[in-house]
Amino acid sequence: MSEQTMNIMGVVGAGTIGMGVAHLFAQAGVNTVLIDRYDVQLEAARAQIRQNARMYALVQKNLADADVVVGHLTFSTQLSDIAGVDFVIENITENVEVKTAVHREIDAIVRSDVPVAANTSAIPITRIAGFGKHPERVIGMHFMNPPPIMPMVEIIRGTHSSKSALGAAEAAVTRAGKQSITVNDSPGFVTNRVMMLMVNEAMFLVHEGVAGVQEVDRLFKTCFGHKMGPLETADLIGLDTVKLSLDILYDEFNDPKYRPCPLLKRLVYAGHTGRKVGRGFHVYWSNRKEANHVE
Amino acid sequence: MSSEHAIDLISDFVSKAFEGARIGPEQDIFESGFGNSMFAMQMVTFVETTFDIELDGDDLDIDSFRSIARVAELVARKRQETAS
Repeated sequence: MSEQTMNIMGVVGAGTIGMGVAHLFAQAGVNTVLIDRYDVQLEAARAQIRQNARMYALVQKNLADADVVVGHLTFSTQLSDIAGVDFVIENITENVEVKTAVHREIDAIVRSDVPVAANTSAIPITRIAGFGKHPERVIGMHFMNPPPIMPMVEIIRGTHSSKSALGAAEAAVTRAGKQSITVNDSPGFVTNRVMMLMVNEAMFLVHEGVAGVQEVDRLFKTCFGHKMGPLETADLIGLDTVKLSLDILYDEFNDPKYRPCPLLKRLVYAGHTGRKVGRGFHVYWSNRKEANHVE
Repeated sequence: MSSEHAIDLISDFVSKAFEGARIGPEQDIFESGFGNSMFAMQMVTFVETTFDIELDGDDLDIDSFRSIARVAELVARKRQETAS
């Protein structure tokens, strides 16, 4: 598959990042099939994509408007509807067992020459590639949130990833108007190996009473020029995803420096998983946001 | 609704968003480390629901959400457009 031959994109999983990836390719004019097992999730994704298409004008001008974006999207609960696509990006939860099952299904449905990208925060791509019969077509693509406006995609080269699959991934990113950097396989790759440690340590600072949520985030924004503080970033990623990523890093490296902060665990157990549910380290209402008193 | 009342509502929203921080009407919310573009998106929702106006096109300029005073100016302009 080349840049010229990618006519239909298949995106599996309509959670926070999956709907963003589908939005990204649709706004670039690529017909995209978005799959999720639940109708309610697809309906929520459709509404959220419309809302996001309007809001992203705050950050970037000249993006496709909501009607154009949705016009390039097809929504389905049937994984078999990706049978005719030219490229697949899987975005389901950071759970090795669940990803195993879905990658096996994808492998059996799409043509053998179709590249399959795993969009994961931390799971090694070589581990995922072992789930199917065609490990050479599996690559990693780590999209940053929100994908339609973030400029860079981290592409991961698994042990078996073929040059053609990697080339197709790079071409897909270019087609979407973004840049990519390709790195070798390792748990967490480059970005999340560092990022997860940073946000986890920021959580420990709050947990130990060294500083409050607002103070930590403002220090990073004003001292280092970061657009978001580490706790806002964790809320945006999703605290459940952050915890799962730390669990994977901990298991893969067997290094205690990746142990999740107890405060992170408590918030996840409480269901306070960040911006997507309206509460994490901060509280997000439809029209107000207050600090969540977690100190 | 008077412009003073609009400023009060916007100030209240911004203050509550950041743990009761005292943020002056002209203070740059972004440069002082409080808000960012994600917060600006919440401001759009707040403004539309609170003042019953719809923002689109040129209204969605990040600079219009940089301070409480600028948001109040945007609200006043949109309400005037709606009334006329």
